[in-house]
Amino acid sequence: MRWLYFIPVVIFLSVVGIAGYFLLSGENPQVLPSTLIDQPIPATDLALLDDPSRLTATSLAIGKITLVNFFASWCLPCRAEHPQLMSLSKQKDLSLTGIAWKDKPEDARSFLQDLGNPFGRVALDISGRTGIDWGVYGVPETFIIDAMGKIRYRHVGPIMPQDMDRIQSVLSKLQP
Amino acid sequence: MRYFPLVGFLLLFALPTLALQPEERLTDSILEARARTISREIRCLVCQNQSIDDSDADLARDLRRIIRERLTAGDTDAAVKDFLVMRYGDFVLLRPPFRLSTLVLWLIPFAVLICGGISFWAMSRRTINAPVSLTPEEKLRLEILTKDHP
Amino acid sequence: MITEIGHFTLILAFVVAVAQSGLGFVGAAKHHNGVITSSAMAAITQFILLIGAFSILMRAYIVSDFSVINVFANSHTAKPLLYKIAGVWGNHEGSMLLWVVILGLFGAAVAVFGKSLPSPLKSRVIAIHGALGALFLVFILIASNPFLRQSPAPENGQDLNPLLQDPGLAFHPPLLYLGYVGLSTTFAFALAALIDGKVDAAWARWVRPWTLAAWICLTAGIALGSWWAYYELGWGGFWFWDPVENASLMPWLAATALLHSAIVAEKRDALKGWTVLLALLAFSFSLLGTFLVRSGVLTSVHAFATDPTRGIFILGILLIVIGGAFGFYAVRAPSLRGGGLFAPISREGALVLNNLLISVLALTVLVGTLYPLFIDALSAAKISVGPPYFLSVTLPLAAPLIILMGLGPLMPWKRADLAGVAGRLKFAGLVTVAVALGLGLFMRLPLLPILGFVFATWLASAVVTDLIQRSHRPGHGVGATLLKAMTLPRATWGMALAHGGLAICLAGISGAGLQTEILTRLAPGQEFLLDGRRLVFDGVTSVAGPNYTAQRGQFRWIDSAGKIKGLLTPEKRQYPVAKTATTEAAIRSDALGDTYVVLGEPDSTGAWSIRAYRNPLAPWIWGGALIMAAGGLLSLSDRRWRIGAPRKVPTLAPAKTG
Repeated sequence: MRWLYFIPVVIFLSVVGIAGYFLLSGENPQVLPSTLIDQPIPATDLALLDDPSRLTATSLAIGKITLVNFFASWCLPCRAEHPQLMSLSKQKDLSLTGIAWKDKPEDARSFLQDLGNPFGRVALDISGRTGIDWGVYGVPETFIIDAMGKIRYRHVGPIMPQDMDRIQSVLSKLQP
Repeated sequence: MRYFPLVGFLLLFALPTLALQPEERLTDSILEARARTISREIRCLVCQNQSIDDSDADLARDLRRIIRERLTAGDTDAAVKDFLVMRYGDFVLLRPPFRLSTLVLWLIPFAVLICGGISFWAMSRRTINAPVSLTPEEKLRLEILTKDHP
Repeated sequence: MITEIGHFTLILAFVVAVAQSGLGFVGAAKHHNGVITSSAMAAITQFILLIGAFSILMRAYIVSDFSVINVFANSHTAKPLLYKIAGVWGNHEGSMLLWVVILGLFGAAVAVFGKSLPSPLKSRVIAIHGALGALFLVFILIASNPFLRQSPAPENGQDLNPLLQDPGLAFHPPLLYLGYVGLSTTFAFALAALIDGKVDAAWARWVRPWTLAAWICLTAGIALGSWWAYYELGWGGFWFWDPVENASLMPWLAATALLHSAIVAEKRDALKGWTVLLALLAFSFSLLGTFLVRSGVLTSVHAFATDPTRGIFILGILLIVIGGAFGFYAVRAPSLRGGGLFAPISREGALVLNNLLISVLALTVLVGTLYPLFIDALSAAKISVGPPYFLSVTLPLAAPLIILMGLGPLMPWKRADLAGVAGRLKFAGLVTVAVALGLGLFMRLPLLPILGFVFATWLASAVVTDLIQRSHRPGHGVGATLLKAMTLPRATWGMALAHGGLAICLAGISGAGLQTEILTRLAPGQEFLLDGRRLVFDGVTSVAGPNYTAQRGQFRWIDSAGKIKGLLTPEKRQYPVAKTATTEAAIRSDALGDTYVVLGEPDSTGAWSIRAYRNPLAPWIWGGALIMAAGGLLSLSDRRWRIGAPRKVPTLAPAKTG
């Protein structure tokens, strides 16, 4: 029965192991993984800014890798990630679409005029409902969609310079 | 410091909108009661450990509204929860689902209780049946004791 | 300059702690009284040094010395004095310092008050305290130094989080830490006993008062925190099964189990392994709590600003202290063979069952709290384990526990006749059934509150029955019974108050399940009915506080005759420096519940949304907890603790011939 006395140590060491793993991996335990990875784009139908056509799931699956960025003019970290988006917009094989989440069209317009517009087109999700369908729980969030229209990656929070490596490696893996 | 942008992003939602407002409630009291019960089991994703029923966050209000819309459209309680789980994962449920991965979680208390109960029963049988006799050493001690304390 | 002295004092305290530890262990091993005395002196010196350092930090807060980074980050000149002082421990570094101060306090207390303890035991306990202190001081000096300076000193500070600027919360940490950290003495006792290789009745008797002292503080601290959450967070909730709340519940459960287990260890020389394990567990849970709050691995309302480096450091301390202690336990505990015999149906048996139930309860809370982490590590899936889980699992465990609490004190030692015990409790049983029927059939309350009331009634009646049976002598009247009751030992009354307090607390919690809620929007002059009370809304005015501006609403409670019975003034405050807002609920307590009103938002017409609650029996929750703590205090003051250990049995001496 002596082994019974070892139960507390064993339980404790496993707890420490798990906690240590989290702390050392540098992962932020507060980031939620997306349920839409490897899933098709959810049903979407949004008006576009300064464009009579609409943004739909089909119009996003255009045979090219698309980066969809949910942003808002009232969102402070969105400003922090703008330079990275501008640099991504220069990549030839990548298409950028912005979705202004819970934002007034005129505010979104001035936001992009002030900071520059990296997006090929900008959609307006004024109620925020489409964002919820995409599993968005705050802005900014960025989705990477492959050429077939499947969501392959989600980045929660602003894309900071140190995140660019990760983004680039995802993009290169998705190249046909 | 690396967490700052994310913290900033989350803190944006700590600004008060407010918890459930009188105008949000459905006129159908049965549906409203269901909405409240469901809301209490849905986690506010941008808060520190609150349900959407209690929370002041914008997203919480949006989710409260969605729940009421779906109930009015005729969804069952389970369907409403599934709707949210499809978008946000199991994390959004404050009551962990009963699945293979959560088997340990749900069963461990009772498993340990039963094991403990069995060992208690086994131990008590052993002590009842243990022989009660003094070793020579104990006999000597008994003599000394009774000598000092008649 | 003074700040530097504070910093230096901490370094000195570290050195003294190391000395305390070394001297204590050496003195115990070599049975050298001089060395042992010097380690006791070291313990007292360490405490004095730590108090000095703490006072220096407090001074920096009081005079608003913003050259000290910690003061800058957490204080402001406009803050009221009380919160300048409370701000000392309202942040990570300051609270860590408070932690070691209390650790030093308990070490010094053992040195001063532990006269009845045998020298080797006392010496080792002090030594272990020294080692713990040294470990935490290293952490503070390297990763959490409150005395770091900045130059130039800014004009003003960043203010304390407004949620923390509250009398309840000002005192919650010190009280809680007295409990948490007080369990370190229990831990030290257990470790010392393992080192010594001996756990006997005397040890079990000595460990109890120290554990009881910590338990009292922990009970009061948890109750205070829960009460704060109730009136501050604005929706009448008082327990959220938040990871950090759970982290305070687990040591409390372990300490409660320990207090009961030690009784069996003392009386029957049995359950020694269990008792020692519980003693180690109690403080281990405290340390786990420290880790959870400060490392950021779990989302919690209580978390301090998190920093992974600190988390790893604390994890390291945990590994050394808890890992070491449990490892040592695994090796040494099997040799602690018990001797006592008792029938399974007996008071000892009831206490064993009690041990089991409470331990499973604590384990359940632990598993529930850590499970999201566990699942995330194994499969990167994220789940939440929230109140619905905890309630589903703890209530079925608490139910048999409460039944047992009623039976246990009436069971005789060694062997009990269950039928006899049941017979003595038949009155309690009748009252319980009557209440159940009354609430269920006549008042038609919902099931869960009924169950709560029924169990509370059972417990309360069993407590009263126990007191009567201990006081009543056949043939004497009520007067004689009352007289005898007053002369019962304090420990008996302590137990009665503790168990009775829990019954009251349980009744309060059940009452909370009967909350009525009113959500409405009112223009000034309009009124509403809350559970039969007529409340008239007079409107909202702007008021200014010392470091905030507020919108204050006024409600008059008018009785049926038209007279004003009371005034409720909920507020919404804005703190300009911290740029946050808080909601202050207006609460009016009476013996049977709370009336609770919260101000919402105005609409364009100037009508305000209002949330009002009637929380039946809410004050009983905290009143009951305070009674429990009072019971503990009463028990602690019982002279039987301080008479000292039973005189040691004379060891085997060669038989005198002739």
